[in-house]
Amino acid sequence: MIEIRFHGRGGQGAVTAAQILAKAAFYDGKFCQAFPFFGVERRGAPVMAFTRIDDKKITLRCQIYNPDYVVVQDSSLLESVNVVDGLKKDGAVIINTVKDDLNLGFKTYTIDATGIALDVLGVPIVNTAMVGAFAGVTKLVTIESVKKAILETFKGKLGEKNAKAAEVAYNEMLKKYG
Amino acid sequence: MCEVKVITGTSAAAEAAKLADVDVIAAYPITPQTTCVEKLAEFVANGELDAEYIKVESEHSAMSACIGAAATGARTFTATASQGLALMHEMLFIASGMRLPIVMMVANRALSAPINIWNDQQDSIAERDSGWIQIYVEDNQETLDSIIQAYKIAENEDVLLPVMVCLDGFILTHTVEPVTIPKAERVRDFLGVYEPKHAYLDPDRPITQGPVGVPDCYMETRKQVEEAMERAKKVIKEVNEEFSERFKRKYGNGLVEAYNLDKADTVLVAMGSVCGTIKYVIDELKKEGKEVGLLRIRTFRPFPKEDIKEFLKDANNIAVLDKNISLGFNKGALGIEMASILKNKKVCNYIVGLGGRDITIDNIKSIINHVEKAEDDETVWVGLKE
Repeated sequence: MIEIRFHGRGGQGAVTAAQILAKAAFYDGKFCQAFPFFGVERRGAPVMAFTRIDDKKITLRCQIYNPDYVVVQDSSLLESVNVVDGLKKDGAVIINTVKDDLNLGFKTYTIDATGIALDVLGVPIVNTAMVGAFAGVTKLVTIESVKKAILETFKGKLGEKNAKAAEVAYNEMLKKYG
Repeated sequence: MCEVKVITGTSAAAEAAKLADVDVIAAYPITPQTTCVEKLAEFVANGELDAEYIKVESEHSAMSACIGAAATGARTFTATASQGLALMHEMLFIASGMRLPIVMMVANRALSAPINIWNDQQDSIAERDSGWIQIYVEDNQETLDSIIQAYKIAENEDVLLPVMVCLDGFILTHTVEPVTIPKAERVRDFLGVYEPKHAYLDPDRPITQGPVGVPDCYMETRKQVEEAMERAKKVIKEVNEEFSERFKRKYGNGLVEAYNLDKADTVLVAMGSVCGTIKYVIDELKKEGKEVGLLRIRTFRPFPKEDIKEFLKDANNIAVLDKNISLGFNKGALGIEMASILKNKKVCNYIVGLGGRDITIDNIKSIINHVEKAEDDETVWVGLKE
């Protein structure tokens, strides 16, 4: 079972990102589960969301304490949140930042998702680009399934643009990390 | 072919009400309500569900409207949680006393004070004696399936009692996972059309429902509800069987579900989504060569005494988990029931997960260790801070 934790700020769509990833895994023929951190959500405040992916039915219902991957949607969170808390020793961080040399003490993959979002969507909402980046780094889900899940979540033009953002991020990660 | 969607527990509940083709929905949309009723409002607004949607000013009114609608013979649905269910309290007894087959989704959430919107099962447990059948589900699929089954159980001539389908707040209501949605016509086929045969309101045949029950007859009406509860045990099992034949999904024998009981001397007894975590721990321990079992109680009312005694006859260490507490007795509701029917066994009671406290893998392991070492019945509050 693979466990993923998303860090974002209220209103940035971290919960939606966790759900899109779960749906993508499902379209790839896997079992999945996604849930928000059961807190009091406020716009702008740090929030978390979680995804579990497995080859068999997932019955585990507790929160995720030792994730395999951490996805950070906003690098300003590093000032207030220990995003690598409990991360498995061989786990990895995928973070939205313009810096290339970020060292968080774990394998770290960086992407300028805000740049991609502004370019493709015209707004700095990075959740779909970060799911695309996750797929590019981990290959745990296919980009086709990610796009399908996005098109199902957002209807019409909005869906198409978000699917594009995910694809751009996916390709960038492939180019950068192979 | 049926469709599989990755959805929340509340969406699964709304899909189930749509599949059951309910006639009337009455609900109050403010906290602690869930998005179940929003989803249903959407179904009605876009024409996917042909139902009367009554927006009311409180949960007390929601249940009152359901009672009125059900008394005319309409298939009715509502949903609520915690304080909302508490506000319905008075009307719950009227629904069961009038023998109305209303089905309600309860998102299990803690009761105030302190204000807490998170999960435990105190809200529905507090309505234990209201005459409602209570089904506690483990996952989102079971939420959908149980709401469909609930109409078949409630509308059965031998039962005619309301049913609450209880799913853990947040842990199921806000979690997405794959849920198989059966075809509408297959559900219609399974449920049939609800046609009340006896007392129902009809302008052409005026009657009074729920009138005064003087001391000369009140006791008999209560006894009739008790007898209907007893008959419901058989009906719940039959509905579970028929459902499994048609839809290929089964929940134990309908009343309880046994998991790895055969070789286990230590058995955990619990209700709701925590059973999923327990199954995970049991599978892990099995790999290490240790056998632990689970008896999941699916219906708290009617309480499956006979099945529990039979399934636990060989177990010696029984750990009962409760997401509720009977203050002043220092036991949870399930712990109290279990101790009363298993008089010659060691039954320890574990109070867990109140107000959304996470129940971890380590918590479950510590419970197993504790019950195996305990010399006598004990109550332990698990995961308390020092």
